[in-house]
Amino acid sequence: MSPTISQIKDWLDAEVLTGSEALERSISMAHSADLMSDVLAFSHSDSILLTGLSNPQVVRTAEVAGILGVVFVRGKRPAQVVVELAEEYGLPLMVTNLSMFDAVGLLFARGLRGWSLVEPGSAA
Amino acid sequence: MSAEDGQGEAAPEYLQSFTIVGGDFAAAGSVSIAAKNLLKAVGFPAPVLRRVAIVAFEAEMNVVMYGGGGELAVYLSPTTVRLVISDQGPGIGDLELAMQEGWSTATPQMREMGFGAGMGLPNIKKNSDRLTIDTAPGKGTRLQVEIDLP
Repeated sequence: MSPTISQIKDWLDAEVLTGSEALERSISMAHSADLMSDVLAFSHSDSILLTGLSNPQVVRTAEVAGILGVVFVRGKRPAQVVVELAEEYGLPLMVTNLSMFDAVGLLFARGLRGWSLVEPGSAA
Repeated sequence: MSAEDGQGEAAPEYLQSFTIVGGDFAAAGSVSIAAKNLLKAVGFPAPVLRRVAIVAFEAEMNVVMYGGGGELAVYLSPTTVRLVISDQGPGIGDLELAMQEGWSTATPQMREMGFGAGMGLPNIKKNSDRLTIDTAPGKGTRLQVEIDLP
């Protein structure tokens, strides 16, 4: 199950803020967190990140962790400087009005999984 | 530092260092990404780059949040990348406690940014092959991390 970012955008009825040139990237896992330390500790590369935080550290964390795209939930729009930072890294940013729970549930229903089910028993 | 085990392996040589500005939360993390890009340009494979970047980023956040500023230095040998992250901050009083997941002295501001969950040092340890921490109250903190190339 490796949807593209473009498919995820459609499923979440999301708006692309930057990175429209990279929407055909395939996503192998999803990670949802407001805790960036958690993303650094447990996420895998080639993942999409769903978060309710919208500061520059979200974009830097994604870049460091090899995340391929970020979805801001609850209609939370990052400041322009954050969008520009993502543009610099070529990192797609999207915003959806869905809650974290609903966005995650929709992606799970479409077959996306997180690290704990993709690699059962793999303590990070 | 002398070669280990007398096997004649070259000690990592100094490549570049970066200044980390204390308390600058908006810029925090930019040094690690610059270091990552430096090693990417040298031709590092992605999985190693990711480990190096995560270690550098967690350490940089610590220097920004607690260390009052400092430095990240990168050293390279054909088999190892070494990161040395140092600051002149207050030091870590109880290192054993700081190495435990979940232990943190973060302020609300740090937590609002998504950090300060007590994962930093454990995460650095997890992603490194060798970790040395020199710290004492009032004497700053110096981390030396080595990550071996595959």
